[in-house]
Amino acid sequence: MAVYNKVETREAPSNSKGMVYWLRANLFSTPLNSAMTILGIAFLFWVIPPFIKWSIIDANFAGSTRADCTGDGACWVFVRAKMDMFMYGFYPEVERWRIHLTYALFFVVIASFKYLKQAMPKIIIAIIYFIIAFILIRGGFFGLETIDTNKWGGLMLTIVVSSVGIVCSFPLGIILAFGRASKLPIIKSVSVTYIEFIRGVPLITILFMSSVILPLFFPEGVTFDKLLRALIGITLFQAAYIAEVIRGGLQSIPSGQYEAADAVGLSYWQKMLLVILPQALKVAIPNLVGSFIALFQDTTLVLIIGLFDLLAMVQVTGSDSHWLGFETEGYVFVTLIFWVFCYSMSVYSKSLEKRFNTNLK
Amino acid sequence: MDNKNDVIEIKNLNKWYGDFHVLKDINLNVKKGEIIVVAGPSGSGKSTLIRCINYLEQFQEGQIVVNDVELTDDVKKIKAIREDVAMVFQHFNLFPHLSIVDNLTLAPIWVKNTPKKEAINTAMEFLERVGIADQAKKYPNQLSGGQQQRVAIARSLCKNPSIMLFDEPTSALDPEMISEVLDVMIELAQEKRTMVCVTHEMGFAKKVADRVIFMEAGQIIEENTPEEFFENPQSDRLKLFLSQILSH
Repeated sequence: MAVYNKVETREAPSNSKGMVYWLRANLFSTPLNSAMTILGIAFLFWVIPPFIKWSIIDANFAGSTRADCTGDGACWVFVRAKMDMFMYGFYPEVERWRIHLTYALFFVVIASFKYLKQAMPKIIIAIIYFIIAFILIRGGFFGLETIDTNKWGGLMLTIVVSSVGIVCSFPLGIILAFGRASKLPIIKSVSVTYIEFIRGVPLITILFMSSVILPLFFPEGVTFDKLLRALIGITLFQAAYIAEVIRGGLQSIPSGQYEAADAVGLSYWQKMLLVILPQALKVAIPNLVGSFIALFQDTTLVLIIGLFDLLAMVQVTGSDSHWLGFETEGYVFVTLIFWVFCYSMSVYSKSLEKRFNTNLK
Repeated sequence: MDNKNDVIEIKNLNKWYGDFHVLKDINLNVKKGEIIVVAGPSGSGKSTLIRCINYLEQFQEGQIVVNDVELTDDVKKIKAIREDVAMVFQHFNLFPHLSIVDNLTLAPIWVKNTPKKEAINTAMEFLERVGIADQAKKYPNQLSGGQQQRVAIARSLCKNPSIMLFDEPTSALDPEMISEVLDVMIELAQEKRTMVCVTHEMGFAKKVADRVIFMEAGQIIEENTPEEFFENPQSDRLKLFLSQILSH
């Protein structure tokens, strides 16, 4: 028999923390890892300096015509000269304040969400915002000149297509996921058929179908806006993927949650919307945002049905006879914009995960 | 037989999982205010039986009448019964995305249309009673198992049920937390609320039960007052069961 004294807590030894420890544990833990680290650093040295030299040191920034491109590096004058095309496409210059106002209102809406706790007012505000945005950008009401959708283009078109795609496919995806998880055989089989059909077809095919084949079924004389057809195609396509992502979340919810919701007397929709969906969405956030980022990039495919999004604008501006041969600058610029948007979504997703984390904080 | 005071009537209940006959000819009547403890080895159908009472499980044959409402697959009847029958689960099943107080107010607000303020006041009263009012703003995963189960009991009390079902409420708890939950249950039992408890806590059964029921292999084998049940078991199977659980 033995009795021991209480041991006081001590600080961890210094060789288990700090910079040197971190380097050794993460970069040089084994000979293979050390070799990979050195190779990686060498690769960065090989790639980054030439790129900086091309894009900054030898580059031209000032000026307004091709004659100002005197250096060996990039000529950002091209991007500056064509900036309006990249941002707004063929949208008339005097009406661009309408786009700026729509962007500004977006931030107002986001700010208002900070002060609204419940979901319902947020949804109503979001719907009102989309109606106002539509009226502002397209016009035709309140004396605003109608700007035909074939004049829309550049970043503004990319944002329109992806935001409408995200906002419309999300509720549709939720309903499809509920349908697939339903016990009612008809609802279940309709959902499964839809999801599996859409997932078996590339987005390009759906865009072609909506733009070329669909009009064949309309009576002569009925025209149906090209952009609208693309939006419908993208929404229907994305909804199937969202549905599968949410289904993954639904399957992670233990059956006890369903039973507890039943036992306290909630109806089916109350159970699904108040108990199951919030938990399922929380689990699905990383994959949902992944899907939305993929959608944002997939919007570039609208080029093939004759819509000029941000990426397509590189081709349009690059074929200007005064500015031949500057596609590289255009692509680098567009890449940067895509990266900023996608990375923002990624950061936002991380903050959402943190906000909804109710485990031991 | 006088059925006037019977709040639960189960007649010839039979249930199958596929081909497996899990409940066999169950007949059980529970009077208002009665405390029933259901005991038996695992897999004997105890949990399934009480889960039939609030229709978490469907059954193929027989009849269950709760507060004069017969259980069918009619959604309205199921809803009516669930509003009056509360259940406490083995794994608590609190809603992890809602704070403790929101867990308690969810059903009153959405099912019974109670104004939010009133629902919160009621919730705080019950949290006070189970001794965790100070944790109201926390989330379930921040609480210990015993605290979570007490929250679950408070949640089930919020709709002021006339019948409470307990499905092995202490089986998932660490030993030092069992008594805090049993204390709450004993207090409830003393209020003479109708309770049907599936549990292995024989001390609890001896202390508060009006009747103890022994089930094995989907059947009710024996039913008696706690004194007779423990002192004078009739069937060999119950004798064996008691010797197994009381030998340590």
